[in-house]
Amino acid sequence: MTELNKLTLAEARDKLRAGDVTSVELTQACLDAIEGADALGAFVHKTPEIALERARAADARIAQGDAPAMCGLPIGIKDLFCTKGVDSQAASRILQGFKPEYESTVSQQLLDDGAVMLGKLNMDEFAMGSSNETSVYGNVVNPWKVDDRALTPGGSSGGSAAAVAADLCLAATGTDTGGSIRQPAAFTGITGIKPTYGRCSRWGIVAFASSLDQAGPMTKDVRDAAIMLQAMCGHDPKDSTSADIPVPDFEAMLTGDVKGKVIGIPREYRMDGMPEEIEKLWADGTAMLKDAGAEIRDISLPHTKYALPAYYVIAPAEASSNLARYDGVRYGHRAKLAQGDGITEMYEKTRAEGFGHEVQRRVMVGTYVLSAGFYDAYYNRARKVRTLIKRDFEQVFDSGIDAILTPATPSAAFGLGEMAQADPVQMYLNDVFTVTVNLAGLPGVSLPAGLDKQGLPLGLQLIGRPWEEGDLLNTAYALERAAGFVAKPAKWW
Amino acid sequence: MSIDLETAAKVAKLARIKVEDDALPALADEFNTILGFIEQLNEVDVDGVEPMTSVTPQRLKRREDVVTDGHMPEKILSNAPDAREGFFAVPKVME
Repeated sequence: MTELNKLTLAEARDKLRAGDVTSVELTQACLDAIEGADALGAFVHKTPEIALERARAADARIAQGDAPAMCGLPIGIKDLFCTKGVDSQAASRILQGFKPEYESTVSQQLLDDGAVMLGKLNMDEFAMGSSNETSVYGNVVNPWKVDDRALTPGGSSGGSAAAVAADLCLAATGTDTGGSIRQPAAFTGITGIKPTYGRCSRWGIVAFASSLDQAGPMTKDVRDAAIMLQAMCGHDPKDSTSADIPVPDFEAMLTGDVKGKVIGIPREYRMDGMPEEIEKLWADGTAMLKDAGAEIRDISLPHTKYALPAYYVIAPAEASSNLARYDGVRYGHRAKLAQGDGITEMYEKTRAEGFGHEVQRRVMVGTYVLSAGFYDAYYNRARKVRTLIKRDFEQVFDSGIDAILTPATPSAAFGLGEMAQADPVQMYLNDVFTVTVNLAGLPGVSLPAGLDKQGLPLGLQLIGRPWEEGDLLNTAYALERAAGFVAKPAKWW
Repeated sequence: MSIDLETAAKVAKLARIKVEDDALPALADEFNTILGFIEQLNEVDVDGVEPMTSVTPQRLKRREDVVTDGHMPEKILSNAPDAREGFFAVPKVME
């Protein structure tokens, strides 16, 4: 029998319902795996007592025949989600010791369905980063290893990605503002979907850039993504941007039939200097969908090049506003003050001590682009470019395209520390293929599709029409079946 | 647009983040790298384009302007670094 922590959500659900296994057994298998995996740095607040208590409750519920899909399934929760009574500090020093009095809507929905929280997962500070190197807890290490280097799991949901890839949990929550679910999923050989903006409530998730942030599942395969997304979605009156529209049965839509679907291949995503292996992966993926009966069409998204610069105006601008709340008054860290220090010194010292370097930099860039005299030149111009980027996608979808296929990342996972000397813009380029999707508010899924020469996983991204996650997941399912990616990292930790 | 030390110091002040004088040159350099990258946006013709306010076309929901929550001062104050007698405590703000 497969070790229980290695099961998918679907397999574990079916075994629970059949009475072949208990949630306590599944949970204990994951807790044991977590205990032996400190070298990965993925779980930063472990909650074994809560986990076993919820597992016992789930077993009782399953015994009574009242079992939603996620009931009894052990998962990890990104540290960005507020969880009642459990440390939730967005991997930042400024929220050290913060224990929310409330539960985020998404984690509450998972809890209501009987999912078992194993603990909180590491991430880049305030979800700002692409390598999980900005966390106050320290780096997460990718379970994939090909030489003596420690590799990044990607970011910002690096802890979630590493934990799922290493079978420390069956699945995990992530959040995605510019690629923070899809890029780490690609770097660790797992599946991740960012749904349409408004699908998942943002209430109780520590805000980074409110017009871009979305939660989503990070899972071992596409079916699991459908199952978990179902539990995370839905209207929430507490989030004014939450969509009040029905959520279809995503799993039931996985037929694998893509005959007649039209897949767009955007020419602007063919970047100069793109590694040959990524080119080949993309061409292979295109051929697989064609073989499955889809029609392939070349398309153009002319404003693609301007997505990253627009993002690096809009996201820091929103962050500077959202992070203004960390002032040392209501929660978290407050700096020790000197004799005669007033409230301004308290703010300035608290924020200098509490925020890491990358967060400080983004808050200040955001402050600058919003400041008097520059608001039109930077912020308003970026919002106009955002309108054009969204329009590019609308025109393509209006012309009959059902989904768009692109690489998920411009490279495989790189070594931790390798980007330390690079300027910040080099790190930002990691999100070149994913960030357009956030700016346009669309659903995007990343799934593993092959290994590079070194033996590291590479991902492809599919982008769908707004609110059509079900159709998008079905296309991903067809691609997953054709790609047949089954590689797992060899255990070294 | 190039950011000098004075502007870097002003931005830090506006953001309420203490930056020591000797860290300002490196900060100004980083700002200039990022702003240089952002400058590309000037190539785009945005005449007549509306700045995006909402990525999804829906109208924000409305509700009655009434109190829906409250009466939990202990919970509100439970994470405060310094709370006294039902209030958040801060350094003196008036002379």
